Amino acid sequence: MSIEVEQPEKKINSILEKYEHDKGLLVSILQDIQEEYNYLSKEAIMQISQGLDIPLSQVYSVATFYKAFSLKPRGRHVINVCLGTACHVRGAVRILEAIERELNIKSGDTTDDLRFTLETVNCVGACALGPVVVIDGEYSGQMKIDKVKPLLEKYS
Amino acid sequence: MDRLRSPEELEAKRRSIAESRDPEKPCITICDGTGCHAFGSGKVASAFKEEVEKQALESKIDIKVTGCHGFCERGPLIVIKPANIFYQRVAIKDIPEIISKTITKGEVIDRLLYTDNTGNKIIHENEVPFYKKQQRLVFGNNGYIDPNNIDDYLFLGGYSALSKALTSMSSEEIISQVKSSGLRGRGGGGFLTGMKWEFSRNAQGDIKYIICNCDEGDPGAYMDRSLMEGNPHSVLEGMIIGAYAIGCHEAYIYVRNEYPLAVKNAGIAIRQAEEYGFLGKDILGSGFDLAIRINRGGGAFVCGESSALMASLEGRAGEPRAKYVHATEKGLWNKPTVLNNVETLANIPLIIKHGADWFSKIGTRNSTGTKIFSLVGKINNTGLVEVPMGITLREIIYDIGGGIPNGKKFKAVQTGGPSGGCIPESLIDLPVDFDELTKVGSMMGSGGMIIMDEDTCMVDIANYFLSFLEGESCGKCIPCREGIKRMREILTAITEGKGREGDIELLEHLATTLENSSLCALGSSAANPVLTTIRYFRDEYEAHIRDKRCPAGVCKELTTYFINDKKCPGCGLCIKPCPTYAITSDGKGKPVILDQKKCIKCGSCYDVCKLGAIIRN
Repeated sequence: MSIEVEQPEKKINSILEKYEHDKGLLVSILQDIQEEYNYLSKEAIMQISQGLDIPLSQVYSVATFYKAFSLKPRGRHVINVCLGTACHVRGAVRILEAIERELNIKSGDTTDDLRFTLETVNCVGACALGPVVVIDGEYSGQMKIDKVKPLLEKYS
Repeated sequence: MDRLRSPEELEAKRRSIAESRDPEKPCITICDGTGCHAFGSGKVASAFKEEVEKQALESKIDIKVTGCHGFCERGPLIVIKPANIFYQRVAIKDIPEIISKTITKGEVIDRLLYTDNTGNKIIHENEVPFYKKQQRLVFGNNGYIDPNNIDDYLFLGGYSALSKALTSMSSEEIISQVKSSGLRGRGGGGFLTGMKWEFSRNAQGDIKYIICNCDEGDPGAYMDRSLMEGNPHSVLEGMIIGAYAIGCHEAYIYVRNEYPLAVKNAGIAIRQAEEYGFLGKDILGSGFDLAIRINRGGGAFVCGESSALMASLEGRAGEPRAKYVHATEKGLWNKPTVLNNVETLANIPLIIKHGADWFSKIGTRNSTGTKIFSLVGKINNTGLVEVPMGITLREIIYDIGGGIPNGKKFKAVQTGGPSGGCIPESLIDLPVDFDELTKVGSMMGSGGMIIMDEDTCMVDIANYFLSFLEGESCGKCIPCREGIKRMREILTAITEGKGREGDIELLEHLATTLENSSLCALGSSAANPVLTTIRYFRDEYEAHIRDKRCPAGVCKELTTYFINDKKCPGCGLCIKPCPTYAITSDGKGKPVILDQKKCIKCGSCYDVCKLGAIIRN
């Protein structure tokens, strides 16, 4: 078990080294760690603060300021409903509501079984396909309410 | 590859690339921009490569996967060069036929051609109405370039502007050319680029920075990403010229993290430029050094604002500061800094190459050049369009955009992102440039153009933008943090039928306060969506407040769905999609029954009924 505890520390160290412990690259460092573990743990944030020699409060302020970071573990699949203007005028909110009903969670939440995290994004630049839902980077375009259920069933 | 050490070596390299290419050899260019990719163009491209391999045609056909061509609506797109045959909605099953007929025999496949609104089939890319009125100076090369192959860019004359600038122009001459070209920042502010460069050049200090702003946050705008993804070297070339002109040796590209392909392609382009000697020490033997690094944003709209972006680059939360000292004097790490938008930088090589006179003849007097707009929303031809400044909204929406789908009526166009405004139908002949858009209460912004039809509720739209801005306000200054929230609350109440007399005046009052007292442009321009919708669509506000009615049928609390018994044949198509089982059958041939108590007004039934038997009121 002790190996599992050690590994994240090592990994985070190697990320810090990749960026040469440059304080200016805090956002990029957090992004790499978020990508690796899909969230920022308390331990990770403390280690970064020590590794870069900046106050914990500053790391926390950055980690909570940007939308890209999560301090809670996220689901195995991340759903992003595009709420860009083009998708909005084509009814994106109704798609979001349909997904919320289907999963019984609100936007920003994760299902109890950690299957899905539901998030919204301000625009993914695929306006021709609006409304768009992106799951794990895969785009599903021209979404309709009755396409929601079959789409979600594809992910376990 | 050895570094190119002089302009002569660059030209020799260019010649050798040209000699190695056969201009007559058919080349299938496949658009793999975001829009086409979402339509499956990545799979189409792989299938093309497999088919060519299978038939052992590598020596006869080239396959080139490119960035965005612009016409996202009809993706996946391919163009077969040199004949410029344009195929749209291409699927994997079409590939063998394209190779056996079009490539081998020169026959055109009718069903893959674009059909215009009079039923004519169009063969060549440049004859498609969507492209005809465009002037694609900056964006047009996307279709010719594999963004991961620097030789493609060199083949089209790339880096010749840099070579000209380094060898035959002083930094003053470059700045003076950019100034007299009239180029204004394409990111939103519209400040003269040459002036920015001059301020920074004249600022005290040895260390200076140039930053490319690719934190494109406006929803519905994706031209910067498409340029960075599709033609990254044109942006790098502009940056290097700018860095030389202001005397800077360290530069950054700040990219939104939601744009992984832009991050990747910019990274590859930087490495290739370093290998060829366009970056690094002693660029093209001129003695000038420059390094460019990439920083990824964290998903905060406010980071498009210059001082917030620089705070983010320094590893802090992206909060703006007051601007009594300009970034051109004290920006990143308190050093003189120039922040230019992607599209702005991509214009620079053109200006250096063809001269300020040539550039300033395009567009209008105070808005020179072209502008890329993303034409999205309720429009037939969604896509990226590059047009000369001064073109009218009507030409963009109808001649290029093909008008409004499903025979609906055009209502408004929203420009300038969340900070912009809504322009009504009565102003459709407005020439589009920086000043004209500002005059009508909107702005150029980064070039998003969202088309709205009669089914769009303008109060809902204002509420949408304010909710967006409420979430993105950094919270540092009170007018923005509190003012946007209060305006949003009032707007939400109006959409829920809880609007009161005097709300409109209160909104106007709050909006004006924000305009005058916010710390940065996010807050001061948050007034625009509210003020323009009130100015042009006051009757819709009044219908919500006085009659408790949403004329467009969008606001749920003010809308009821019911069945038109005369039109409903009882087909039952609407029963299954209803999530709350509110619709039941009353037997075959009889109209269905909608239980108002169960109805959550999601609109599922309205979407599926093609007979107009569901009424929304």
